[in-house]
Amino acid sequence: MRAVRLSVVTAAATAAALAAVTGCTEKSSSGGGDQAISVTATDDKCEVSKKEFPAGHIELDIENKGSKVTEVYVLFPDDRIVTERENIGPGTKQKITAEMKAGDYTIACKPGMKGDGIRQAVKATGGKTAKRDPRLDAAVAAYRKYSQDQADATLPLAETFAKAVKAGDLDAAKKAYAPSRIGWERTEPVAESFGDIDPKVDVREDGLEAGQKWTGWHRLEKSLWQAKKITAEDKSLADQLIKDLTDWRERVGKAEITPTSMANGAKELLDEVATGKVTGEEERYSHTDLVDFKGNVEGAQDAYELLKPVAKENDAALVTELDKQFAALDTLLDKYRADKNSYDFVSYDKVDETGRKQLSDAVNALAEPLSKLAAAVVK
Amino acid sequence: MTETPQNTTEDSNGEGSSGEAGTSRRALIGWGGAGLALGAVAAGSAVAMTRGTDQVQTVAAEAGGAIGFHGDNQAGIATPVQDRLHFAAFDLETDDRAEFVQMLKDWTAAARRMTAGLAVGEGAYGGLAEAPPDDTGEALGLKPSRLTLTIGFGPGLFEKLGMADRRPDALVDLPAFAGDNLDKNRSGGDVCVQACSDDPQVAVHAVRNLARIGFGKVSVRWSQLGFGKTSSTTPEEQTPRNLLGFKDGTRNIAGTETDRLKKFVWVDGADTDAKSAWMTGGSYLVARRIRMHIEPWDRTSLQEQEDIFGRDKGEGAPVGKAKERDEPFLKAMKPDAHVRLAHPDSNHGATLLRRGYSFTDGTDGLGRLEAGLFFLAYMRDIRKGFIPVQRNLATDALNEYIQHVGSAAFAIPPGIRDKDDWFGRALFSKEA
Repeated sequence: MRAVRLSVVTAAATAAALAAVTGCTEKSSSGGGDQAISVTATDDKCEVSKKEFPAGHIELDIENKGSKVTEVYVLFPDDRIVTERENIGPGTKQKITAEMKAGDYTIACKPGMKGDGIRQAVKATGGKTAKRDPRLDAAVAAYRKYSQDQADATLPLAETFAKAVKAGDLDAAKKAYAPSRIGWERTEPVAESFGDIDPKVDVREDGLEAGQKWTGWHRLEKSLWQAKKITAEDKSLADQLIKDLTDWRERVGKAEITPTSMANGAKELLDEVATGKVTGEEERYSHTDLVDFKGNVEGAQDAYELLKPVAKENDAALVTELDKQFAALDTLLDKYRADKNSYDFVSYDKVDETGRKQLSDAVNALAEPLSKLAAAVVK
Repeated sequence: MTETPQNTTEDSNGEGSSGEAGTSRRALIGWGGAGLALGAVAAGSAVAMTRGTDQVQTVAAEAGGAIGFHGDNQAGIATPVQDRLHFAAFDLETDDRAEFVQMLKDWTAAARRMTAGLAVGEGAYGGLAEAPPDDTGEALGLKPSRLTLTIGFGPGLFEKLGMADRRPDALVDLPAFAGDNLDKNRSGGDVCVQACSDDPQVAVHAVRNLARIGFGKVSVRWSQLGFGKTSSTTPEEQTPRNLLGFKDGTRNIAGTETDRLKKFVWVDGADTDAKSAWMTGGSYLVARRIRMHIEPWDRTSLQEQEDIFGRDKGEGAPVGKAKERDEPFLKAMKPDAHVRLAHPDSNHGATLLRRGYSFTDGTDGLGRLEAGLFFLAYMRDIRKGFIPVQRNLATDALNEYIQHVGSAAFAIPPGIRDKDDWFGRALFSKEA
């Protein structure tokens, strides 16, 4: 690392000389000792001064010459964010820095702060590059986008819920509750990977640690369905929920996602179903467990579909079995809703023991082969 | 000691089983895992109704040996009764015969390993870090502990797989019996697994791993843990006591009684027709969960308890006799005494091989012991075995203290002949 670092320093000849004079050989507050790359963003272009540069501490000098507010991202091959800067207004300049090991990266400008951005492939050279499977990188990138889309779509639904709570409208809040959770339920393993968000938004009363304040969806669920009234505190908890979910949305791009974590995340979603939803514990007041159940299964299936091409090459029989069992579980769940396009499921307290056993059996039938997906992907 | 066909284990060099019981590994460790000790008992003559035979079982259990997996009949029927049971009944979740056959083959492979004291598949550790291990691991380091795995098929299987023409007539739907209070969630099933072992963890491990292999093909409908065998198939041994404190099943069929096994337990080729030819060498199993009203029983006078059974409580001798194994004189007993009504002489000779276990599933919501007898009986034909006997028990004085709350019947296919054979091959192979 040090040798590489030094070579970066010497490469930036002028800056290095300056640094030597000031006696600061490695880092300077001005960033002058670093490899600098200019990024010129316009409304339809994203130009970089160098497409190859030695690995190390990199400074991006960004100038927005376009007419729209833009964002600039440095991304790993699987679209995980190395670094980013948002809200770069027209005609303004910004500097961002990143530690970049040898390997392939993408620099993306997003004029209007929307979409996948205008992309430039760049390379940090020197040292060994880990071998990557581009198909798996693409799968992870697609899954990250999926997770981001789920978070983006969740916020407005959660705001509808929060507004109803704050308006003291019990019926409207109850109606908005379950839909506000679907995107979260689909991508829960990603959200849980941050550690601190899940305990704020999705903890149940029995999951509280000593001294932990109960916040989030289930706290409000209890007020709506059990206490049947909305208190002043509930209204502030609704605001807190939006704040925490916004935090989630902002962090999805930086989540560590690997092909293995995707596969195991799919299995974990089924575990969530097996331990929380099949028993009716998750939504013990609202009994909207089947909505969460459906969300979990959809999220697992979406992750699986992205990994399927690789898994199929390594273990075709597993893919056949998973397709079959996902279809079987979907068919079974459909029995509990009148309209296949709605998330209006039967209240779980109306599902009898026989029905719950069938659901549990179908979850086991799917989760067992799903536990073998990670091995089939990395084989 | 009478030589009987015994289940065999492949020998260490991987060759098939030896047909000669005298030299097979099974002869050494098969019978109770203590061939030597049993030999000693045999030498001590057939009267061996002594404590010494308990020691035989103790030696066997401590040795933790393996029961042979291969043989004409499945192990776990005539095999000396192990101490612990985990019995599971499954519902079929597929109507695809090929898929179910593959599962039976996978079960066979896993059962062959587990009964030999080995882990399932690639084992419980050391494999791919990204994948869950094949074996669940809780039996690592435990001895085979005389584990037997006995597989059976319930009535529903034949219809679900479109094989109604192969359902044996002898596998009848059990009729309702007087006093039945059956819980459907503890009754029936398309497939059963009887796991018996001297170590409860070995038995539970076996059922758990078979259930895991079966996910998507079969799902557990109900299961029952049993402790304390209530019958013995080892004639030298003292008859074990049930939770009512009595010895029952004293004249059970012994694993060594080739003639009685042939007469009452194993399906003979002559019994079969086109529907049931595959059952030759098999047997039929009736399982009944019998709840005991423990607390009222404990408040019953000794005299009444003994009258109800027709035996004395201490020795277990029939009324008017001195010793447990003295031939009972039925007419000396009360007309509604349990032994009198259950005895073959009161049932035109009908005789069952009983292999039941006591159970205690904690307490019920009323604070009463949730306990009883998990009755398991093997027979050649259910119509000539369990049904007449159970009908005759309608007037049993014991009925005041017991209630049948679960019920199931299964056809037990013949044994796994060799390393290429699998559970139920005769049923699912066209040539059978």
